[in-house]
Amino acid sequence: MSKTLKQEKMNSLTNRSKIVSNKQMNFWERIYIPAILKGLGITFVHLFREKVTFQYPEVKREFSEIYRGQHVLKRDDQGRERCTACGLCAVACPAEAITMVAAERKPGEEHLYREEKYAAVYEINMLRCIFCGLCEEACPKEAIFLTSATVASEYTRDKFIYGKELLTEPMDPAKRIDISKRQTKEVLEFKKDLKHKHNR
Amino acid sequence: MTTYIIYKTLLASFILILSLIVAMYSTLIERKMAGWFQDRHGPNRAGPWGLLQPLADGIKLFFKEEFMPNTADKFLYILGPSLTMFIALLTSAAIPWGPDLVINGQAYSLQVADINIGILYIFAIVSIGVYGIIIGGWASNNKYALLGAVRASSQMISYELAMSLSIITIVMMTGSLSMRDIVAQQQGFNWNIWYQPVGFFIFLICAFAETNRAPFDLPECETELVGGYHTEYSSMKLGFYLFAEYINMFISGAVMATLFLGGYHFPGLDKLGLSPNVFAFVSFMVLFMKITLFGFIYMWIRWTLPRFRYDQLMKLGWKSLIPLAILNVVITGVVILLNQ
Repeated sequence: MSKTLKQEKMNSLTNRSKIVSNKQMNFWERIYIPAILKGLGITFVHLFREKVTFQYPEVKREFSEIYRGQHVLKRDDQGRERCTACGLCAVACPAEAITMVAAERKPGEEHLYREEKYAAVYEINMLRCIFCGLCEEACPKEAIFLTSATVASEYTRDKFIYGKELLTEPMDPAKRIDISKRQTKEVLEFKKDLKHKHNR
Repeated sequence: MTTYIIYKTLLASFILILSLIVAMYSTLIERKMAGWFQDRHGPNRAGPWGLLQPLADGIKLFFKEEFMPNTADKFLYILGPSLTMFIALLTSAAIPWGPDLVINGQAYSLQVADINIGILYIFAIVSIGVYGIIIGGWASNNKYALLGAVRASSQMISYELAMSLSIITIVMMTGSLSMRDIVAQQQGFNWNIWYQPVGFFIFLICAFAETNRAPFDLPECETELVGGYHTEYSSMKLGFYLFAEYINMFISGAVMATLFLGGYHFPGLDKLGLSPNVFAFVSFMVLFMKITLFGFIYMWIRWTLPRFRYDQLMKLGWKSLIPLAILNVVITGVVILLNQ
């Protein structure tokens, strides 16, 4: 084994590797002053560089269209909640941040809930959530999505437990949250299948 | 005589307030510089350009809990920062801040005390400065504080030697220990740095070590000693230690400008024919600009170089700077002798 290593001298792939040596420093290297001056030059140039800081409240960083921020519970075209409280998101959640209580739709509530079962309570603990997006992936009803909104800071822990009133998107069609960018080609293809028409 | 006393009191108070304000704003400039050197903005939220930041920091320090360790020696624990601050402010007395003011046909010197042993006075005071650190570190009854204090004392002693040796050449050239005479000899562009570049270089390095600034900030080396000699200090007592460092920076900049960069002299300034008081003011601003330059160098070095290892520090002091300084003294002596 060792013999083969000796025989085949390793050819580097990148030409960037350097052979390590313990060579003695010469006089100018030993007194450090040229090196110090070089370092001072480098830091001096940095004085005039463009600053990398975002002045946060005034300037906000541009988010990607599929940024994974605060969740939204979607409604359908008629403003009915899509969530059926199946609990798959809660099961998928690696941080166990999601809890819900299911309830049965009463007659006369058809304009509020899309199916016979709905989530009476739906809570996400934003301090537990790691914004991985697995809930979004698990949801069979396209009810939960992550958006590019950021979770606001609060003074107490219990304020981070977001209920339905914070998560559900507004009724007003003009204020709906557009999640079309987040839907992959595969999802859109899947939706074309008439077998799953009820899902639309 | 009364006017003389009033004038000196006013001048001393003015210089005291000036050093305090400069030290206050040095903290802001330091942080701004740190930001710029690292492609950041630095503090810019408190007031325009962060101008109220030093005020906010000061108020914060005053309102912090006054914590004192149970095992500390109470008297010495309080004496430490007080002494450091007191001594830092004493040095400015012997520095000539400008040419004489003329009020009602009478000349008033812009130097609080024209002592004929000015340099000796400054070095004596600077040497006492280490006592504040040692006392503080020892009184804290904490091993890190004590280690920091021990480091401070040995570092100061080592670098004071080379520093004094580099000053001896200036004294040999000038033939006087008075700061006033030394500045007077550097009229125009006849600055000492042109004759003593090596001496200046040694003095600069030693000044870094004397003010405990990076790369020689081993007494308060965070990575090894938590906070060094001020580990156990909080509130304004800590503030005094940090504040004294900036005052020392300002004063050592003034000393270096006075000894090597011609003090308040600037080529051509005396030929402009300004009235004495305006001339005094402009000269003072020239000195102030030179001090600012040193302040910038202090910060530039701090945000460029990593901290020395302790043995490297000692090696540099004893094996490089002191022999170099002695050689410098010998060569200067020979040149002066040959020119006679």
